[in-house]
Amino acid sequence: MNGIDTGFGVWNPIAWTLLFAGALVIAWVFRVLGRSDYKRGSEQTKAFLSGNEEPEPEKLHVRGDHLYWGLVDGLAGYYRRIRAVHTGVLSDYVAWFVGVLGVVLIILALVR
Amino acid sequence: MMHIGNLPFIVAMLLVILGLYALLFKRNLIKMVIGVSLVETGVNLFLVTLGYRAEGIAPIYTHAPTAVSQVLPTPQALTLTSIVIGLATTALLLSFAVLVYRHYGTLDVTKIKELRG
Amino acid sequence: MNALTTHAPILIIATPLLGAFAAPLIGKLGWTVRTAFAGAIAALTGCFAGLLAATLYTGGGAPIVYVLGGRLPLPSGLAAPIRIMLEVDGLSAFMALITALVAVVAVLYSVSYWKERSGGALYDSLLFLLIAGVFGLVLTGDMFNFFVFLEITSVAACGLIGFRTWRKRSSEAAFKVMALYTLSGLFVLLAVGLLYGQYGGLNIAYLATNLGGTMVDRVALALLIAGLAMKAGAVPMHMWAPEAYGEAPAPVSMVLVANSQASLYALFRVLFTLYGQSLSAAAVGWILIVLALLTIFVGVTMALVQKDLKRLIAFGAVSQIGYMLLAVGVGFAVLATRPDFGLTAITGGIFHMINDVACIGLLFLAAGAAIRASGSRDLHSMGGLAHSLKGTTVLFAVGAFALAGVPPFNGFASKLLIYESTFQLSPVLAVIAVLASIVLLAVFVRAFQAVFLGPRLIARPEPVPWPMVASMVVLAAVVIGFGLFPGFFIDKIVTPAANALWSGQGDYIRAVMGG
Repeated sequence: MNGIDTGFGVWNPIAWTLLFAGALVIAWVFRVLGRSDYKRGSEQTKAFLSGNEEPEPEKLHVRGDHLYWGLVDGLAGYYRRIRAVHTGVLSDYVAWFVGVLGVVLIILALVR
Repeated sequence: MMHIGNLPFIVAMLLVILGLYALLFKRNLIKMVIGVSLVETGVNLFLVTLGYRAEGIAPIYTHAPTAVSQVLPTPQALTLTSIVIGLATTALLLSFAVLVYRHYGTLDVTKIKELRG
Repeated sequence: MNALTTHAPILIIATPLLGAFAAPLIGKLGWTVRTAFAGAIAALTGCFAGLLAATLYTGGGAPIVYVLGGRLPLPSGLAAPIRIMLEVDGLSAFMALITALVAVVAVLYSVSYWKERSGGALYDSLLFLLIAGVFGLVLTGDMFNFFVFLEITSVAACGLIGFRTWRKRSSEAAFKVMALYTLSGLFVLLAVGLLYGQYGGLNIAYLATNLGGTMVDRVALALLIAGLAMKAGAVPMHMWAPEAYGEAPAPVSMVLVANSQASLYALFRVLFTLYGQSLSAAAVGWILIVLALLTIFVGVTMALVQKDLKRLIAFGAVSQIGYMLLAVGVGFAVLATRPDFGLTAITGGIFHMINDVACIGLLFLAAGAAIRASGSRDLHSMGGLAHSLKGTTVLFAVGAFALAGVPPFNGFASKLLIYESTFQLSPVLAVIAVLASIVLLAVFVRAFQAVFLGPRLIARPEPVPWPMVASMVVLAAVVIGFGLFPGFFIDKIVTPAANALWSGQGDYIRAVMGG
């Protein structure tokens, strides 16, 4: 009733959620069993940056548009081309539309 | 040998192609709206031609003699509806063109591309 | 069967239409009356949609035909289906439920979305017109009315995209989208004309019995595929979609997604019900699959590099259309041999429609709340909103995880069906679909990090009013409910819809033509 059978496998979200909750409980138990000499707000919580002073969090924050910089830079060739396609000019949009129409028309005319 | 009755269909398709040409190669937004309008006129002409019957009478008589043929009424209704819709879309497109001109100071389609990439 | 049940199909369209034309008048009576009126119209429409769906499901899924202005056969005894009619089968009812959900949520959200209280009546008017148009699209059984409703949605949608006339980019987006919508509508009308010229009828069931796969039929099909796929936002005809979704007000973005899905529905209706197997289904199926793969791939990769929050979500929405197109394309490609996985694929694709509209809707609404609170939509300058907007943060995370297909949310259930069925046609399809989902998760981790995490970059964000939170909670409840009990919902509402495509052509025709 809850689950679904794809003909290839099964998926039961209730069972999955129970298992996941169990895993969370185990993780929580490990956390409780952790070190008891840890103190909030003391020197222990400070980041160690090779002995340098820790900057303000505003300066340390990696902003959203810098995330995945490496991945995007690695695909620079692809992104240069695909962004060039998104020209923002209406005529180009119409051209793509008419082009796809033409291709579909040719395929449908040729394939019996 | 092409039948003369096919001429309206050819004219309709020519209008559609002219409209598409304007949309693809004209840079002025107003001319592009004219292009859309031309496509629409072509389609309307196509629709109304579909209902034509040689020497038919207007389809407005309930008790018309069966000997005379009537022009098909449905395409005329479709065309009328389509013309009304076309008026609304053209008016809306033109009013957006006015707004674009106020904001961008130009009607050149290649310069109106803040939204890209 | 009482009168309300009998007339439910037309009441679903008539109620928001009444709302659309009465709203400017009612708006003169002040904000409270206007809001109450909008809420009442939305609730009433939702009730009618629920009533229609319930009637259909209790009736065993047989299509319901509603004839306007009279009955069939005509008084003269002529049985030709020339009247305007609505025809509701499992898929139409399913789409009507989606639209009703979107309508209610959008109206609730809009109550406090606008900071200024004037001009709201015109917004209500356009919103109801759009909703009426989408309902009409999914309920009509007639190709010409289909075109009329298509144009109604175009006009209303573009009016809403350009509603904030003081914004530079809204005007640009509205002009471009309107030109493309009109062109696609005209292509559809040309196709309708081609079909009428050959068979002398406009009724879908009537046309379906007569279609013979001639060259003119093929030209009409090409026009329909291109026009409807464009309006659904399939790559490479998707460029309008990020602009439309991105520049429209947040609740409208969600309704626009439902509008795109209605075009997708129309495409499926044309393929499965109108054309069926009168031509090579495999070739058409593969056209859809190629479009779908492009859509999925380009959608997610473009979303990864966006710097504008709403544009990022919009590209995510484009990629999701690809999943539905992929699943149903696989289903159509194997229509001739009818293996079991074809039905599974269609079930997954249809199920993904409601999941997508709930997740993407939730994301657009949460993003709208964040943008409204911070006054910015640039990922670089937003940040740290989780400190003050705790509820919105959680809701955005739910939507993002669900859309990326993380268990146990609803997106996973439908995507699993899509992966495991498309895999059996070609493993490449499933691999691309899974990879794209992973990238999509990355996309939304990026958006989440940029907007909600980190130190407070926005000094004093405005709080989110309760109607906006409530509307997001409704969508989140759908996301979690459909995620935890997928078997129940698939059984009740998705299977009738999938069967309507897979094996319902005969029933659809018989309901009108008899025999």
